[in-house]
Amino acid sequence: MPVEVKVDQDVRKIVRTLVEEKGPEKAELIPILHEINSELGYISDEAIKELSERMNIPSSHIYSVATFYRMLSTEPRGRHVIQFCESAPCHVAGGRLVWEKLQRELGLSKGETSEDEKWSLITTSCLGVCGVGPVLVVDNNIYGNVTPEQVPGILSNYE
Amino acid sequence: MKATRSMVLVSSDPESMDRGALEVFNRLQKQILAYGLQEEITLSMISDVSKKSANPLVLVYPDAVIYGSVTADDVPLIVEEHLYKGRVVEHKQISPYDLTGKIAWLTARKGTLPAEYRIVLKNVGLIDPENIDEYIINEGYEALGTVLKEMTPEEVYTEIKNSGLRGRGGAGFPTGLKWQFVAGTKSEKKYVICNADESEPGTFKDRLVLEGDPHAIIEAMSIAAYAVGADEGFVYIRGEYGLAITRMAKAIEQAREYGLLGEDIFGTGFSFDLHIHAGAGAYICGEETALIESIEGNRGEPRARPPYPTTAGLWQKPTVVNNVETLANIPAIIRNGAEWYKAIGTPSSPGTKVYTILGNVNVTGLIEVPMGITLREVISIYARGMKNGARLKIAQTGGSSGSIIPASLQDTPMDFDSYSKAGVSLGSGALLIGDENVCAVDLAKVLLNFFRFESCGKCNPCRIGNKRAYQILWNISEGVGTMQDLTDLSQLSDQLYELSNCGLGQTAGSPLHDILAHFRAEVEAHVKLKVCPTGVCQMSGRRAYQID
Repeated sequence: MPVEVKVDQDVRKIVRTLVEEKGPEKAELIPILHEINSELGYISDEAIKELSERMNIPSSHIYSVATFYRMLSTEPRGRHVIQFCESAPCHVAGGRLVWEKLQRELGLSKGETSEDEKWSLITTSCLGVCGVGPVLVVDNNIYGNVTPEQVPGILSNYE
Repeated sequence: MKATRSMVLVSSDPESMDRGALEVFNRLQKQILAYGLQEEITLSMISDVSKKSANPLVLVYPDAVIYGSVTADDVPLIVEEHLYKGRVVEHKQISPYDLTGKIAWLTARKGTLPAEYRIVLKNVGLIDPENIDEYIINEGYEALGTVLKEMTPEEVYTEIKNSGLRGRGGAGFPTGLKWQFVAGTKSEKKYVICNADESEPGTFKDRLVLEGDPHAIIEAMSIAAYAVGADEGFVYIRGEYGLAITRMAKAIEQAREYGLLGEDIFGTGFSFDLHIHAGAGAYICGEETALIESIEGNRGEPRARPPYPTTAGLWQKPTVVNNVETLANIPAIIRNGAEWYKAIGTPSSPGTKVYTILGNVNVTGLIEVPMGITLREVISIYARGMKNGARLKIAQTGGSSGSIIPASLQDTPMDFDSYSKAGVSLGSGALLIGDENVCAVDLAKVLLNFFRFESCGKCNPCRIGNKRAYQILWNISEGVGTMQDLTDLSQLSDQLYELSNCGLGQTAGSPLHDILAHFRAEVEAHVKLKVCPTGVCQMSGRRAYQID
């Protein structure tokens, strides 16, 4: 998901539209945060502030929720997010070697974003595609049965 | 997955090996190939199954025939007569009394190879999940019709109670009883929740049901709602399951169009509607009170219990929370009756169980079989044996919160009671199979890394205990562990179990307990000899003072 930096005004407008669409009930908070995260690439301070006013929920609560869930980010991420599954089934199926190769290839460690903002490398718990482990996910594309040798080829698919 | 006609097992304890078991095995392999039987017969080596006098043994299953003192020269006759022509070679047979208890199943279940039996996955892969008509043609919504028109709510939960159905989320609580609790709680408003936050590592059965047969869940939730007196429901699907969310949304829309959700269903005056709530990535939300918190728009932190959700759940109203697999059994039980269901599986755990098979085996995937199958059968028959002919060393049952077990437990029937008697958890049905290249310390380290990351942080024993246990395992795996560390791990395991607020913390210590109970020698080798016997651990000498 390519992400452009949106100016604050756009951010506020996106938040307003979402709250109007889904309603200001607290039960809609996580669905709305999901949408903001996928539109902006992350949940910015500006978005939290606007959301707090529109939904009448303290921004501290919104921040605590946004930082609790793995799929939501309060930090900007690279243009492409690589998620690597580090749960036991992928690990046993050879994930350890793929993970080492991935870090070497990108020059990044767990949780880091590259300087050119192209890549973010994060680890994740089980993604439920264990039948084809080791698994890595780039943006929304799932790669299964990955071997260390395949890593450079997979990465070259992305601009 | 193809079914196997026979299983041939060769004993491989030290005596057997000494007396030529390997030659027997190799010869069998050659002969089976020569007769072109390799597709129908699985061949494996098993350890320590008999009293020593008649080794090596060759066991043929499901016929429950045991050949003793077999030499490589006996093999052509056994293959030709027994496996090819179906005639037992009587002069090589020995009595089953020579066997130890470990393969008691061999004679107990004589004549039956466990076959797949699909209730939960009946429609999965066969019908178009985006077309409600295909579900209806396959007996869909028939059970809902029966329930609404011919049964009282009490009759519904009594039927489920009588079927003996137990929750498939991991805890095994009787489903009918849960429904009865909620039905018996007086309240204007009640809720039904489907727990589809499937995040137990190694488990993807619920995903396949949601993706392949979403209407089964809608029908089952409607039946549950009628039984307990609820009019609103939520399907909490983990956020990573994009396709499942789309399919479920479409199914709900179609059911509304057909009048199967909404007001006055089937003209009976019963109303029920359903919403989807997508999770946002948190393992803890599979815990039912954390899941409820998450629907309400909060951090997914489990509540203190009691009160249980059956009395004060979503927005403090009585709430039924059932797992996807549990619900998928409901329509079939109503259609065919409790007696039919009870006849499948074992007496204390009726029905089928969906297992996911993973790890170092030839075929990974999903099976649904009657409760009570053994791990050996799963590996030999459905997984087509270990990869590269390696030997089973270690298995993890039930996902991260399950158990780590050694190969010696592979003949324990997998049902709730037999497993809990052996101190093993059946959990979510994930079966992670590991060969000799899997290190017990490394596996436990990966699991504790998972738990320290997924702990919600609300209670100290879990937040601090998991981190500390991970650091200790790290030190052991880097060659700087001490014997005191082993004592500490064992204490941490007990404390996590006794002091944690919810199931996550309570089960997080079981890998620690399990590796010390079953693989202590291997763990001690890391500490005393500074050697990882499998060569997996780095043994770099680096300490875990600072790990994020």
